[in-house]
Amino acid sequence: MSKPKHHHPLPPDEQIVSEILAPMERITWRFWVFVSVLLVVLAIGIGAFFYMARTGMGVTGLNRPHMWGLYIASFVFWIGLSHSGTLISAILRLTKAEWRRPVVRAAEAMTLFSILVAGLFPIIHLGRAWLFYWLIPYPNERWLWPNFRSALMWDFMAITTYLTGSTMYFFLPLIPDLAIVRDRATGWKKKIYTVLSFGWRGTAQQWERLERALSIMAVTILPVAVSVHTIVSWDFAMAIAPPMWHTTIYGPYFVAGAIYSGLALVITVMAVLRWIYKLETYLRPEHFDKMGKILLTVALVWTYFWWADFLTGWYGRLPHDRLAWSEYLFGKFWPLSWTMLLTNAVLPILLLSFRRFRQSIPAMVVLSLLINVGMYFERLLIVIPPLSLKHFPYVWGHYWPSWVEVAIILGSFAFFTLLYAVFSKLIPIVSIWEVREERIYQTQKRVGKETYEAVALPTVGQEGGHG
Amino acid sequence: MEARKEETVPENPSNGMPPTSAEDVPRPEGGLPEGAAELPRWGMVVDLDRCTGCQACVLACHAENNLPIAGEEGCEQDRAFNWIRVERYWEGEFPETRARFLPVLCQQCTHAPCEPVCPVYATYHNPEGLNAQVYNRCVGTRYCANNCPYDVRFFNWFDPHWPEPMPMMLNPDVTVRSRGVMEKCTFCIQRINSAKEQAAFEGRPLGTDAVVPACAQACPPDVLVFGDLRDPQSKISRLVSDERRFQLLGEMGTEPVVIYLSQAGDGR
Repeated sequence: MSKPKHHHPLPPDEQIVSEILAPMERITWRFWVFVSVLLVVLAIGIGAFFYMARTGMGVTGLNRPHMWGLYIASFVFWIGLSHSGTLISAILRLTKAEWRRPVVRAAEAMTLFSILVAGLFPIIHLGRAWLFYWLIPYPNERWLWPNFRSALMWDFMAITTYLTGSTMYFFLPLIPDLAIVRDRATGWKKKIYTVLSFGWRGTAQQWERLERALSIMAVTILPVAVSVHTIVSWDFAMAIAPPMWHTTIYGPYFVAGAIYSGLALVITVMAVLRWIYKLETYLRPEHFDKMGKILLTVALVWTYFWWADFLTGWYGRLPHDRLAWSEYLFGKFWPLSWTMLLTNAVLPILLLSFRRFRQSIPAMVVLSLLINVGMYFERLLIVIPPLSLKHFPYVWGHYWPSWVEVAIILGSFAFFTLLYAVFSKLIPIVSIWEVREERIYQTQKRVGKETYEAVALPTVGQEGGHG
Repeated sequence: MEARKEETVPENPSNGMPPTSAEDVPRPEGGLPEGAAELPRWGMVVDLDRCTGCQACVLACHAENNLPIAGEEGCEQDRAFNWIRVERYWEGEFPETRARFLPVLCQQCTHAPCEPVCPVYATYHNPEGLNAQVYNRCVGTRYCANNCPYDVRFFNWFDPHWPEPMPMMLNPDVTVRSRGVMEKCTFCIQRINSAKEQAAFEGRPLGTDAVVPACAQACPPDVLVFGDLRDPQSKISRLVSDERRFQLLGEMGTEPVVIYLSQAGDGR
């Protein structure tokens, strides 16, 4: 029998606004130290990139069978992380899941920042990074056009579309909150937030338009998100030469993996924000419980897809596929693959089945971090073993990343964290208007012996409760 | 059922087997430009029965095509740089061992998997069926090399460097490639072009077997035979109908124009 639920009536409007805006209004010395450390790590990464661009890709560990390595694995990883925002926010918005309200902003911001980071990797990876714009179909005097038959070209289009779409999707629900900030700000800050809030006054007409725009964007961004990671998988699945890659399940498998790692990171970030910015009132164990249930579902889907991919490749006994799978599971890659299976299949499915586990925030943080370690390994396993074992034994080889690659990857993590930290000081990291809306709808219901918080949705008119 | 079967004309008349005559030679993807029937279709025969593994072809290719030198360190890092390589495989237990040599160069595939994956068209098919690489257009995604089943594409990890006095003997007819660019065997396109120019200058057609790439020229036992598969008089046209013929990874359907002749007694 689980403990009776705590009651969490939300505080009055004024308190919601001041509590959520508190992190924006005071910047501690700890924040500056943290940001400085991130800047140093980022600077090392940028330095490593320029060193690599000037000297040549030879400073990486890449070689002839391994033309792709850590950069491409990291690219897939970051694109994967960007899928959480879309899932949490768009699906939950469309299904009117009320508990989403305090979570969406953090998830949408994560989407935006992780695409920004992900988009850098294909460029970092290029042999001649300074010519990356040749992939853009721009009019030029030589009438040169990119090759639309190339999966990399589809990728380029998909990422730019997703970046544009999720920027809009991030910004639209931010407008009412920016107006709240504007109303409280003074001086130059007021000017900036005045521009950013697009003359928001909170009229019924503005609310109606915002709701309509949000519904349209939520419906639009979902297929875009699915297509983006499917196309990322096609960078591999469209290639015939390496074993394991040429498979039809890669599209859905990648989408499931993306949602999986993204959800795990949302849970990590929720816990961090709750702890640092003292948002216990808004991000409650019940939210972690709900997120845990979705995570469990996705864990099952991911495991099923992995199994379907593995069994088909293994059972078919095509010599190269069979060999690559042997190496993947029992050869030199076994530490990666067995860790991945433990952290992404066995542990999540076992642990997330228990409500007590899902409601324990420290436990959820540890598991969510483990899942992302496993997902990084998964991406390494997708990129490296098939390239190690191409058709001619004469060119089989080994790959071990160099310090340059590691420095750039660490720099990318620092860049993401930096973007997040800085933006948490510039925008309300929990959506104020959506939480206020929740408070207005909030009632309590008794079911049997327990009292639940429930939401009474207005039946007539949508704009009733907006502030 | 039988009748219907006969109605279907397979896209590739050789049906997965190497071409046996000039008519069988697959055309490059996307068809040929106007008047292209006159153009040669370059190919190569590699007679494994004759190969001694001497690597003269490798050396000749390095000298002709200004290949960068990977060096001992580069080779250790799996970055050996040879447009043509001689793979050596051992068979049997000592003392009954036998070495097998397999020279591998760009197979100039008719359906080249490296071509569609390049986002900037740096690799494409020329009208003579050669799989060409435009160095200036290459941005270095390295997708083509990943998708090459034969691993015959080479990436410039660094700017090329030759110890003195080797830069003095670089071939002036061949570009030196910079860092970040992919490259591969061209069938010595500079020799093909200069033979064509010479023929045009003298106002005569390009003769039979008028072009010899560096590797074939250097090969002492005549393993490598280069020529026009469409020219019934050429040496390669006669060799290509040999019953020992096979294509490397022929089952992948890439339709290479490099045709191998297996070692005698291999039961083929």
